[in-house]
Amino acid sequence: MGIFKKLPGLTIAEFDSTGSLLHAAEKMAEAGYEKYDCHSPFPIHGMDKAMRLKRSPMGYIIGTMGTIGMTGMIALTYWTNTYGYPMVISGKPAFSWQAFIPVIFAISILLSAFGAFFGMLALNKLPQLFNPIFGSDNFAKVTNDGFFVSVEANDPKYDEGNVKSFLESIGGKNVEVVKGE
Amino acid sequence: MNYDANTYTIKDSGKIGTIALVLGVVFLGISVLGYMNDSAHFFLNYLTAYIFWISIALGGMFITLLHHLTNATWSTVIRRITENMAATMPVFVILFIPVVFGLHELYHWSHAEVMDPSSPSFDALLHEKKGYLNETFFFIRTFFYLAVWTFFGYMLRKISVEQDSSGKDYKLTYKKLSAPGMILFALTTTFASFDWMMSLDPHWFSTIFGVYFFSGIFLSGLTFLLILLIYMKSQNILQNVVTIEHYQDIAKFMFAFIIFWSYMAGSQYFLIWYANLPEENYWFLYRWGNTWESVSMLLIFGHFVFPFLTLITRAAKRNIKLLLFMSVWIFCMRFVDFYWIIMPTGMNEDGSRVAFDFNMYDIAPIIGIGGIFFWFFWKQFTANAIVPVKDPSLNESMKFQNT
Repeated sequence: MGIFKKLPGLTIAEFDSTGSLLHAAEKMAEAGYEKYDCHSPFPIHGMDKAMRLKRSPMGYIIGTMGTIGMTGMIALTYWTNTYGYPMVISGKPAFSWQAFIPVIFAISILLSAFGAFFGMLALNKLPQLFNPIFGSDNFAKVTNDGFFVSVEANDPKYDEGNVKSFLESIGGKNVEVVKGE
Repeated sequence: MNYDANTYTIKDSGKIGTIALVLGVVFLGISVLGYMNDSAHFFLNYLTAYIFWISIALGGMFITLLHHLTNATWSTVIRRITENMAATMPVFVILFIPVVFGLHELYHWSHAEVMDPSSPSFDALLHEKKGYLNETFFFIRTFFYLAVWTFFGYMLRKISVEQDSSGKDYKLTYKKLSAPGMILFALTTTFASFDWMMSLDPHWFSTIFGVYFFSGIFLSGLTFLLILLIYMKSQNILQNVVTIEHYQDIAKFMFAFIIFWSYMAGSQYFLIWYANLPEENYWFLYRWGNTWESVSMLLIFGHFVFPFLTLITRAAKRNIKLLLFMSVWIFCMRFVDFYWIIMPTGMNEDGSRVAFDFNMYDIAPIIGIGGIFFWFFWKQFTANAIVPVKDPSLNESMKFQNT
């Protein structure tokens, strides 16, 4: 979990606009950087494509959890009503599946929601209370009007001098090295 | 077909309209033979086909109203199609005439003797409902529904076409029209489903029936829209205007309303199954026996399980060939749904319910009314540009992307 992990330092560079950030993201992906990220005050259309990000596996996590919930609940209602404690209610057959549709549905939804919530936390490496990137004062602009690219020091291609000059060559300004924890 | 990509117009609409009209007239002719063969069966078939096609027109109207009310921009490129679907209402006004003549064959409550206390076939329950279920009020209501739909279908299209030449922004006009339109749409479709379909079995009642009908309306509209779009795509029409992103969005709606339809159908069944009261459950019982079981099963698996599992992934919603197959599939399932609601209510002469009997006379009115619907639709559709060219949000709509 993010709380216990020491995080590496970063090199960050500022860009003027969404356009130049998108362009920079493309260049970064092209140059083969892996542990880099783009920061902007709002989501930018086409950023996933520019950064060559793979589609999130969230759908499969949620789908699996939902299926587990559904089959589990069908098994539970079937077993309790046929073997565990069979009862005749309003003259209907022991296992009246219609009566259990709501609970089967609800548990599928509950487990899907758990999958979505905890899966999201895990994929985002949350909870994480601090990130070295906040060591940069200039980076505070990111919630207002700043567009940044950051490269982590544990990127296989990372080399302070090279990264700095590369970020400048693709239009980055105020290039800054932030120390790790 | 000759398409001009600069002005978005279909110059020479080809023979499609004529073929549709000829098919329509020929197959309506065949269904007249069906009338001579078995008039009660014919009227039920005709009503099925009528409601099947009017639900497509209403689906177009709903999508248009929703588009205006929600400030949607993605759907601007498909708006002209849905507007024209809604503007076909005059056809349905005329095509309602056979239902007027078949009123006594279709609706048991319209027989004078069931309302007459001195008659042996007097029905006390129906007599209690006389204030609502009587011929005069039925015709007043039907007239009102058709008038409302014709008005809104006509106005939505008229303003939109006017914009093509004037270039003004009619956003507020659309909204002023759509807000009351949506309320009236909800009320009229609900009561139309009560009057036209639920009163076929006048003892039975289900308060969710209107919502059930509505969920189907939206699905019908979407399937017709998708089939038409994919056909036009194969003819190189609206290339780069309606993109894969739009297809995905329509497919999302289709997927969502497959679930919504099942939810409504399930809720209706569930409560009646649970309470198991004789005055309600018989409606399902004669659909779950008397040779109708296979149709009921087809509806559960074909209208819910199969499309649900097929359309669940993103990749499926972006696969045009699969979408064509699924939209045709659901289009057919919409017919099965109405067939399942309407046809089993038919009575034999001894008062027992009719058995499942599918023959060519069941198909004939579908193609007949469909041909006339499509001829009228195509004529109006190709008369103007096929996208709202002067709409301020058109450009944004063309660049729309799913995230």
